[in-house]
Amino acid sequence: MTSTLQKSAAKAPRQARKATSPTSDTTPGTAPVITLKEHIVEIISDSGEGAQKCGQSLGSIAAQMGNGIWTTEIIPAEIRPPARSVAGASGNRIRIGAGQVTNGGDETDMVVAFNEQVLLGRVRDKALKPGCTIMLESMWRFHKDDKIVASYLETYQRLVDAGYKVYEIPMEEECRKLVADARRGKNMFALGMLCHIYSLDLNLGVAQIAKTFGKKDQSVIDSNVMLLEAGHKWAAANLDFKYCIPGVRSTVPQIVVDGNTAIALGVLASGMEICAMYPITPATSVSHYLSDAFEKVGGIVHQAEDEIAACAFAIGASYAGKCSVTVTSGPGYSLKQEGIGLAVMGEIPLVVVNVQRGGPSTGQPTKVEQGDLMTAIFGSHGDAPKVVMAPSTIEDCFYSIITARKIAETFNMVVVVLSDAGLATSQNPFPRPVFKESWLAPPIDQSPIPEGGKPYDWDPTTGLARRFIPGQPGGMHTLTGLTHDRDSHVAYDAEINEQTLHSRSLKLAALQKTLKAPPVFGDAEGDLLIIGWGSTKGAIEESVEALRAEGKKVSSMHLRFLNPMPPGIKEVMQRFKKVMTIEGNWSDRPDDSIIDESNRRYSALAMLLRSRYLVDVDCWSEVKGQEIKPGTMRRVIDEKLKQLKH
Amino acid sequence: MNMMSATDCLLQMCDEQFDLEDYQSGVPRWCTGCGDNAILTAVQRLCRDEGLRPEKTVFVSGIGCSSRFPHYMKTYGFHGIHGRALPVAEGVKMSRPDLNVFVNTGDGDCCSIGAAHWIHALRYNMNITVFLHDNQIYGLTKKQASPTSPIGTKSNTTPRGSYLEALNPLTVTLGVQNVSFVAQVVDWVPEVLFDVVKAAFHHRGLSFVRIVQRCPEWLPKSLDPWLHDPQRLLFLNHEKGLQASEGLSRLYKNQIIHDPSDLSRARDIASSIDPIPVGILYRNPEVPCYEDLRNSGMLRTTAMAKSGLNAEFDKFTVWPEAEQAQAA
Ligand SMILES: Cc1ncc(C[n+]2csc(CCOP(=O)(O)OP(=O)(O)O)c2C)c(N)n1
Ligand code: SF4
Ligand SMILES: [Mg+2]
Repeated sequence: MTSTLQKSAAKAPRQARKATSPTSDTTPGTAPVITLKEHIVEIISDSGEGAQKCGQSLGSIAAQMGNGIWTTEIIPAEIRPPARSVAGASGNRIRIGAGQVTNGGDETDMVVAFNEQVLLGRVRDKALKPGCTIMLESMWRFHKDDKIVASYLETYQRLVDAGYKVYEIPMEEECRKLVADARRGKNMFALGMLCHIYSLDLNLGVAQIAKTFGKKDQSVIDSNVMLLEAGHKWAAANLDFKYCIPGVRSTVPQIVVDGNTAIALGVLASGMEICAMYPITPATSVSHYLSDAFEKVGGIVHQAEDEIAACAFAIGASYAGKCSVTVTSGPGYSLKQEGIGLAVMGEIPLVVVNVQRGGPSTGQPTKVEQGDLMTAIFGSHGDAPKVVMAPSTIEDCFYSIITARKIAETFNMVVVVLSDAGLATSQNPFPRPVFKESWLAPPIDQSPIPEGGKPYDWDPTTGLARRFIPGQPGGMHTLTGLTHDRDSHVAYDAEINEQTLHSRSLKLAALQKTLKAPPVFGDAEGDLLIIGWGSTKGAIEESVEALRAEGKKVSSMHLRFLNPMPPGIKEVMQRFKKVMTIEGNWSDRPDDSIIDESNRRYSALAMLLRSRYLVDVDCWSEVKGQEIKPGTMRRVIDEKLKQLKH
Repeated sequence: MNMMSATDCLLQMCDEQFDLEDYQSGVPRWCTGCGDNAILTAVQRLCRDEGLRPEKTVFVSGIGCSSRFPHYMKTYGFHGIHGRALPVAEGVKMSRPDLNVFVNTGDGDCCSIGAAHWIHALRYNMNITVFLHDNQIYGLTKKQASPTSPIGTKSNTTPRGSYLEALNPLTVTLGVQNVSFVAQVVDWVPEVLFDVVKAAFHHRGLSFVRIVQRCPEWLPKSLDPWLHDPQRLLFLNHEKGLQASEGLSRLYKNQIIHDPSDLSRARDIASSIDPIPVGILYRNPEVPCYEDLRNSGMLRTTAMAKSGLNAEFDKFTVWPEAEQAQAA
């Protein structure tokens, strides 16, 4: 057994080092440049091998070239999965487009893999397009461990048989000619190759390295640049294909950040000063970034002993001063419920960010899901009206926090911002925001309260009351989570109880009156209206646009405010024959044998729309832990349109 | 309206005298003979004597009979949720170090549902004065055993007597790194109660005061042996701590000298359940306060927010070609 394998391994080196495609007649080095509208490329490795950095840099370079990009992190579930394991793929997936890119797109067109096992994981996840180009590190073919060689050869053959275009690339070997630790420099070699493949300006790559390793030794920068150039040169000499995705450089500066960084920047821009949190995936990186940036402008990130304390701390800070924020994900959000109810009852402004992950329970910490909408709206016992909004783009992650803080302080309400694991780790450029003083919270009101002022002097129409803040002379009262009257005195009276529920509820209506009807994407009437919320916006609009180009009468609408819902939604729905939501949460499949109209559980937004507007809203949902692909949506919508015809 | 000059205003502030009524709000609804009444009296007196401005003072509590305390103070108050008084108070103090922050918490509130926060509050050591109203029972919910109920306590959830040894709040607090002030007192000796409350207020850091509190409603006789026998209170005297007055010493003869900077002796004393040690067990003014460690003292201005934010944007910005050329 061993000897055969060794033989076949021994036969291979010549061929592998040349890296020519099995199907190509083109001579390497003289490949014609093929112009593409878009391409999806991923770089994957064991964690710690730098594929993430390579991918991020590629995205950044492409963005500078004027390409639209959407970068998605490929994250293993474990911190240090064993090397060369199927579940251990770590890296980045970049969709590069000639025009604007609003989502991660469909399957991958090309993948650079540092070993065959991580690649297998991606194949199993059905992440790769049939016939996808694979650039595979060839060092395993010559490994001293027979088992590894066998695994490599077997996988290689399977991939070739499955129709993938596999190029074996001696990345390690080439890098070792230049540096001692080739394993760690390989990512820059790969970046150089990719710069060649996509006809990207190598100088931007050099600049990117200088930026990434700016704090380190010049020698570190030099050796990385050397590897970058080597990769570029090697690809030019050995590869028989080359692409160009023409970009249009923007005329305004853009910033490239992931959703969590955008949220953290939003916190900075909103004028909030205290963020209390407890670490939880995938929300933690908000606090990582904020911990560094916040203190420079006098803000504080408090890592509390648990989420209950984090919520209570933020509530205490809000009560005594400016609105504060607490950031969490599913399990932590559940723990905060009692505190959220207290803030609702006491009418204390509070921003709660929930970066949703797969649930229930610990669920899928790193995966994408939109499962917390109902909890966000109806969570906490009793009638606890709160504002719920969901950013739909990375840019919106930034602006939503500014809006959330403003609403929280204007209405003395809890504002829940629902992001998700997809937005959290994806990057997409947006115009660099221009600072506005009006973003910031006003100074803490310390003016005396006029004689006779009451801490809960609810306006009969809007339910609003001026908030009294400690330090204000004449405003002394005890805020309580018990039912209370206008003086904040504990009230056992049934009338007062009803009055207070009334006032708190009115505030939602008052806010609703200030909201604008969401725009319709596509024609204002037609056969089918797709409604979505949160991170699915880009993919929904892309699929709707593609179908509209085929002449299909489909439009879409995306909700940023889920509670209260803006006015005008019903009117839009009525102009379509059928309405359907597309969501990343569970809904029962109508074709399951025991599912019928009397027991079908609809997706969250569909359920809300049905109950509020008495419109027969259908839904389609998927909970595979990843963003729903535009191609999948296109098929689903097309199918629905066909059903409507019958 | 006449505008006052700043000096007039300051003078007026200095001149302002507060009376007990300035801190009294409503009629306490506690049972007659409830130890909470005595604590309220001592704390109102403290506020008056110290001239604490009512609008600059906040009492934060959880849920329980004792947590009704803030309602009876004419200051700001925060009567929150069960067990979470400490983290709320920490948030208040962090955002407003200028406020005097007090916490009233019951034995269930602090030592059971809020136990995690209790440990961490000691560790944060923020400048907050905490009163543990320890009546060794759940009062508000009508007599269930609490973690501090002595073993054998008959209650509605332990009709045949409670099963476990009581948790000792003093040994717990003295075991936490960063603890900076621990005292114990009983509700029925007003003079010492006041002295301890005052010492706690003057300590900079988290002052933890366990007040052994009577609950005549649910445990009418349980503290009688201590109430009736002065020998069963152990007074801790020290020139750096409290000194029992002559008058007191005539009745309470069981006294020892204890230096409150001696942590290991404090731990020894803390473990005594009978006699009940009364006074300051431990004090260390050197432990840093979390709010001092975290607050940069920076005054936030719009210009600062703007330049800070722009500096962050710079890190992530992809400039258009022209500007890039300009920058080069
Ligand atoms: C989350 C939650 N659980 C339970 C309760 C019910 N509850 C209210 S007060 C209390 C115990 C009070 O005991 P303690 O803290 O010792 O205060 P006391 O009434 O004795 O002063 C309980 C269990 C509650 N309000 N909230
Ligand atoms: S039940 Fe006990 S603790 Fe509560 S008020 Fe009455 S005596 Fe005080
Ligand atoms: Mg109690």
